[in-house]
Amino acid sequence: MSESLVVPTMAEMLAEGKQPEVLFWVGCAGSFDDRAKKITKAFVRILNRTNVSFAVLGTEESCTGDPAKRAGNEFLFQMQAMMNIEVLNAYEAKKIVTACPHCFNTLKNEYPELGGNYEVIHHTEFLKSLINDGRLTVEGGQFKGKKITFHDPCYLGRANKVYEAPRDLIQKLDVELVEMKRSKANGLCCGAGGAQMFKDAEPGNKEVNVLRTEDALEVKPDIIAAGCPFCNTMLTDGIKHAHKEGEVKVMDVAELIANAQDL
Amino acid sequence: MSYLDNILFAILLIVGFGFFAASVKKIIRNINLGVDVDRKDNPKARWKNMALIALGQSKMVRRPVAGILHIFVYVGFIIINIELLEIIIDGLFGTHRVFAPYLGVVYDVLIASFEILAILVIFAVTVFWIRRNVIRLKRFINSDLNGFPKSDANYILYFETVLMILFLLMNASDLHLQNVPGGYSHFHKAGSYPISQFIAPIFNGTSNELVGLLFEVFWWLHIVGILVFMNYLYFSKHLHILLAFPNTYFANLKPEGQFDNLESVTKEVKLMMDPNADPFAAAPVDENAAPAKFGASDVQDLNWVQLLNAYTCTECGRCTSSCPANQTGKKLSPRKIMMDTRDRLTEVGKNIDANKGVFVPDNKSLLNDYITPEELWACTSCNACVEECPVNISPLSIIMDMRRYLVMEQSAAPMPLNAMMTNIENNGAPWQYSQQDRLNWKNEN
Ligand code: SF4
Ligand code: SF4
Repeated sequence: MSESLVVPTMAEMLAEGKQPEVLFWVGCAGSFDDRAKKITKAFVRILNRTNVSFAVLGTEESCTGDPAKRAGNEFLFQMQAMMNIEVLNAYEAKKIVTACPHCFNTLKNEYPELGGNYEVIHHTEFLKSLINDGRLTVEGGQFKGKKITFHDPCYLGRANKVYEAPRDLIQKLDVELVEMKRSKANGLCCGAGGAQMFKDAEPGNKEVNVLRTEDALEVKPDIIAAGCPFCNTMLTDGIKHAHKEGEVKVMDVAELIANAQDL
Repeated sequence: MSYLDNILFAILLIVGFGFFAASVKKIIRNINLGVDVDRKDNPKARWKNMALIALGQSKMVRRPVAGILHIFVYVGFIIINIELLEIIIDGLFGTHRVFAPYLGVVYDVLIASFEILAILVIFAVTVFWIRRNVIRLKRFINSDLNGFPKSDANYILYFETVLMILFLLMNASDLHLQNVPGGYSHFHKAGSYPISQFIAPIFNGTSNELVGLLFEVFWWLHIVGILVFMNYLYFSKHLHILLAFPNTYFANLKPEGQFDNLESVTKEVKLMMDPNADPFAAAPVDENAAPAKFGASDVQDLNWVQLLNAYTCTECGRCTSSCPANQTGKKLSPRKIMMDTRDRLTEVGKNIDANKGVFVPDNKSLLNDYITPEELWACTSCNACVEECPVNISPLSIIMDMRRYLVMEQSAAPMPLNAMMTNIENNGAPWQYSQQDRLNWKNEN
């Protein structure tokens, strides 16, 4: 990490009378979870390098309410949603990018009915568009020839049918992209969705993340790529459970791109 | 045929269809016990879904073996029912193969294709039976199928086989009489019989009278069988052969990840957040209805599409076999959610019938008596079940509505979830961090 990060807030932008191209919605995991913070920073390094004008809400951001909603607490969800919408609308946000599929899904699909209408993009889609527009070029770098498998986050894949963008990005790295036996629409959950992240699993004979990690290990990858901070945690735990920390890494697509470009 | 036959036949038809109509009425009444939900938008997309998924079986073939065999049975069933039209006319008017003279060679082709389909159906049904009873595929031996659901599946397989065999025997005896010297004068040469021509020789050496009688027997059993089958549907998962069509038409068109925003909650939250709202304002004098219940604890709280889903479920278990919770040994089975919903709905329906059209509380509910909180809390809301279902059923929507009841009406979430929710309420994050620290990552290394 050579240069320090430039992370303007919406408030600062407004003070300068500017409107950024995109609002980067960091999310709770991306703000507070140590592992997820690395993903946040990797994404910001790419934004900085490509001179994308962006801003975050910073301390004005609050939980989208996704875990409350999936847990069944519609009250709490709608309260969070309406507070966030008030803030977003006050800044006249138009385009939002986020590295969390849960934030992505909620902002994109559940906020409009409550008065929050924005163009919401997952960071993998955004990075892809940067490449398409020629603003970002990607080469394999340290990943050349490595075997990578991609785990589809439920809330990105099945829930919103985004399957190609993350795969296209990975393929730009001159790597061997291998599919697990269950992928895309048939992908298996990492076990964290539906607010499961925040509670113990019901009694069973296995943890979902262990099962999913087995799927991934079957294809003998060097790296398991993910596009969700929660999947990332669950799969990392799965790797530890299988005692494969030394051999297999779990990385976000944004980290792959940032590291490949030595950012 | 004497007139007596025709009259008997007419009575049979009236009784058969009469009972069937009564069942259909009951199903519609029960489905209407559900809460209203608007599924009339975008008819174009809805017709397309129905055409592709119900008519075109597009989701069935994702599992190719079952998918292709199912198409045999499905096409066979539909096409052979065209034959039914002729049978009904013949039965009512004492004619024989009434369409034959009008259709000529087309008739030959039709009968031939019916026969080929009949044999394909027998083949498919045999494989289905083997998968269930010999290979014992996991999703067919799960405990949620124990009892009637398991027998139901086999009964139908036997039924279909018998119907197809009767159809072929009927044709074979007909063919024999068409060709044998001194055969029935009205059994004129008609049709082409690629399969039953090989069965016909068993009638060689049998008197024409006996073959004629056998033909009558096969003919009657075939039509009676079809009527019985039709009326059995009401009690069976095989109702899907009818309901798959409306079910795919009314299925959710929104992205799978989009859960509905409860309107009743929106109103309250808006009021709560509006600084100008007058706290002493009289409550709007709206409907004298009972206070809205948040979420669902019984079938009447679900919407009618969810209830239609329950009647449509084929108990195929594709949802359960792809469910991460189920695969890791947890109690949740999305198929069971649908079966429980249907069982409870049937029970409520019977209650209403027994009490002259009103439901008398029976101290039971879908929640707890059928579905336990443990099952509900095991769901990751991953949508695998929704994606898999060949007829676009959403077990997840029922799970979510019941979770909502647990949380908003009973405050009965698991402890760690309560902690998570308190954190969101107080700090705007599911963890105990201060909102003021949200941007700290920027300066950390
Ligand atoms: S949404 Fe819930 S019930 Fe459906 S497959 Fe996923 S975990 Fe199972
Ligand atoms: S809900 Fe759908 S997938 Fe599940 S058993 Fe019923 S028909 Fe099959």
